[in-house]
Amino acid sequence: MSNACETCPIHHSGNLKKLGVDMDSWDFVVALAGNPNVGKSTVFNALTGLRQHTGNWPGKTVSRAEGGFVYNEKRYKIVDLPGTYSLLSMSTDEEVARNFLLFGKPDVTVVVMDATRLERNLNLTLQILEITDRAVVCANLMDEAKRHSIEINVRKLSRELGVPVIPASARQGQGIPELLQAVDEVATGQYICKPHRIESGSRQLKSAIDKLVTKIEQQFSGLNNARWVALRLLEGDPQIIEAIKTGELQTLIGQNEIESQTVADLPG
Amino acid sequence: MPSKNSTKDLLETADKLRWELGENFHDALLESIYQDAAKISDVAITDTKDKPRRTWDTTLDKILTSRWTGFPTMFILLMGVFWVTISGANIPSAMLAEVLIDKLHPVLKGFTLEIGFPWWLSGILIDGMYLAMAWVISVMLPPMAIFFPIFTLLEDFGYLPRVAFNMDKLFRKAGAHGKQALTMAMGYGCNAAGVVATRIIDSPRERLIAIITNNFSLCNGRWPTQILIATLFIGALVPGAMASFIAAGSVVAIALLGVALTFLISWFLSRTFLKGEASSFSLELPPYRPPRILQTLYTSLIDRTIFVLWRAIVFAVPSGALIWLVANLQIGDVSVAEYFIENVDPVAMIFGLNGVILLAYIIAIPANEIVIPTILMLTVLSANLTGVGEGTGVMFELQDNQAYLSVLQAGGWTLLTAVNLMLFSLVHNPCSTTIYTIYKETGSLKWTIVSTFMPVIMGLAICFFVTQIWRLAAG
Repeated sequence: MSNACETCPIHHSGNLKKLGVDMDSWDFVVALAGNPNVGKSTVFNALTGLRQHTGNWPGKTVSRAEGGFVYNEKRYKIVDLPGTYSLLSMSTDEEVARNFLLFGKPDVTVVVMDATRLERNLNLTLQILEITDRAVVCANLMDEAKRHSIEINVRKLSRELGVPVIPASARQGQGIPELLQAVDEVATGQYICKPHRIESGSRQLKSAIDKLVTKIEQQFSGLNNARWVALRLLEGDPQIIEAIKTGELQTLIGQNEIESQTVADLPG
Repeated sequence: MPSKNSTKDLLETADKLRWELGENFHDALLESIYQDAAKISDVAITDTKDKPRRTWDTTLDKILTSRWTGFPTMFILLMGVFWVTISGANIPSAMLAEVLIDKLHPVLKGFTLEIGFPWWLSGILIDGMYLAMAWVISVMLPPMAIFFPIFTLLEDFGYLPRVAFNMDKLFRKAGAHGKQALTMAMGYGCNAAGVVATRIIDSPRERLIAIITNNFSLCNGRWPTQILIATLFIGALVPGAMASFIAAGSVVAIALLGVALTFLISWFLSRTFLKGEASSFSLELPPYRPPRILQTLYTSLIDRTIFVLWRAIVFAVPSGALIWLVANLQIGDVSVAEYFIENVDPVAMIFGLNGVILLAYIIAIPANEIVIPTILMLTVLSANLTGVGEGTGVMFELQDNQAYLSVLQAGGWTLLTAVNLMLFSLVHNPCSTTIYTIYKETGSLKWTIVSTFMPVIMGLAICFFVTQIWRLAAG
């Protein structure tokens, strides 16, 4: 590390304090989301000092794990979510991730992406950016991308997505300080995200969404992604319709917010 | 809480709007996501040069997942892992036993008697609990400390999804989910973990099949049993140099039998009680990644080895006390253990097992890890051997493999008993933790009972047939 790096605020020693699972109160909640097998658990471990088991196969994390760290005197709780390809599908193993992102109200969502499979990973990233205003993209596995001669222009990507994009190789610990800095800036509001929104085509659709959003927001206070619920309603998602009928939607909002469980990783 | 009317109004509006938007709205939405993603990645990616036409990854994948070489390489890898485990574990095992049992046990025993413990208290604490713990550590720690790091390195490297890829076709033919290959692999570490891992399977039907059959993956609690018995009885059939190779081969054969049973039972269930089509899924083959040796060693030692060992100890300690008690409490003028063994022996013989093995499996329901120590202790007890062991209800460590063999042979063990024990160890009820996990994951008492008792019945049936055929063949 050169001297220039050492004077940079990112590298201030003692800025990061890993807390493991030792969390009783926190200032911000960070969710770690992304496609399966992109290194979410590795990033999680790097931030918390925990040793959540990582494995090179999709589907290793089946339930969410939580941990904590202190950065710049702020206490963060971080939730490692199971990998998911989409927020629009109905499969049960993706439910944990979906529900937390939608109803858990994380302060910052870190979307971990596989830099070698950018386009496929962007599908989920764009869906997440639909439902949150505060996100940081971590373009992980940059070392592998380099090996495959893929060069990613991080600035352009960040401009397109409207959120910070941090290149990283979490296995080697590269990019973690920068990621922390970005999370901190977004959490504290120093960086205002202008997330990319999917061009929803017709004016007809836009007005339909707007109409529903107003109605939904009237009925369910505290819902931070009425737009997504509106989309699901327009698609006729039976689960969401049922949740609205029974009032379960309200419960989901409440539940994920206060529920705080630590999932012990089983050996194997 | 939203009112009934406004909810109804909301849903009606949504219905109306959905009608106006038309049917292919979902596709249109997905399409616009894909379009945006493609556009953005075009902007952001610059290929520095032409992609290398063929990297070593693709070559390796050709070998590891090809129709012709996929299974042989799998078999060779499995063989290699066990061979290394078996030949590497002997010496540290003996060293641990030397320290914990030969040296430390008499010291502790003498100490408790000196400070005035009554004989029964010192018996339960030192001859029961302490020795059970010492036994578990010296039998289990060395093979686990070798097996888990190798397995974890393979996992870290990216080999597991290739196994799933190879197996997918077979699982689909059996009417099960291809991802079951992954949960099966998890089961080789710990069945309870394997059962939890079935959450990656979407369809409840296929998930249930995966849960019920996970028990056929030999878990780490059973590896030491397999390895020890294979070394003693099967490896001993051939001269020295070949012994560990043949022993490893017989352990692999048992593991493969487990795979065959997994397919058979999956096939049976999906044609009878859990009828349905196999659902398709896409499995991403992750890139090969150079394993991080140090970190892998750390996680496999802490997460797996120590975690599993700790669990074994937690269960072994009370079981040690129990073993001491059944060996020392009297019914009439024989101990409870002897009473049970004598009465069950004739029945057990039909299955080519013996009363000792059945009693050991009952005592070992909490954890398979303590089966072998229990069997040895009970054998000494019921065969009334003198000169080995250290008194009633004492679990002991023997100097070398030859000594184990002579104890078991004195207890009436034959090659047939050994083969049946290996089979029964593969096919019997899951341990209590796994049973509890199955109940938690399925939420169904019925399926928990099925997963518990089906393997016991199957195991007894297999042992029965093997014994009858064996005896016929032997004339």
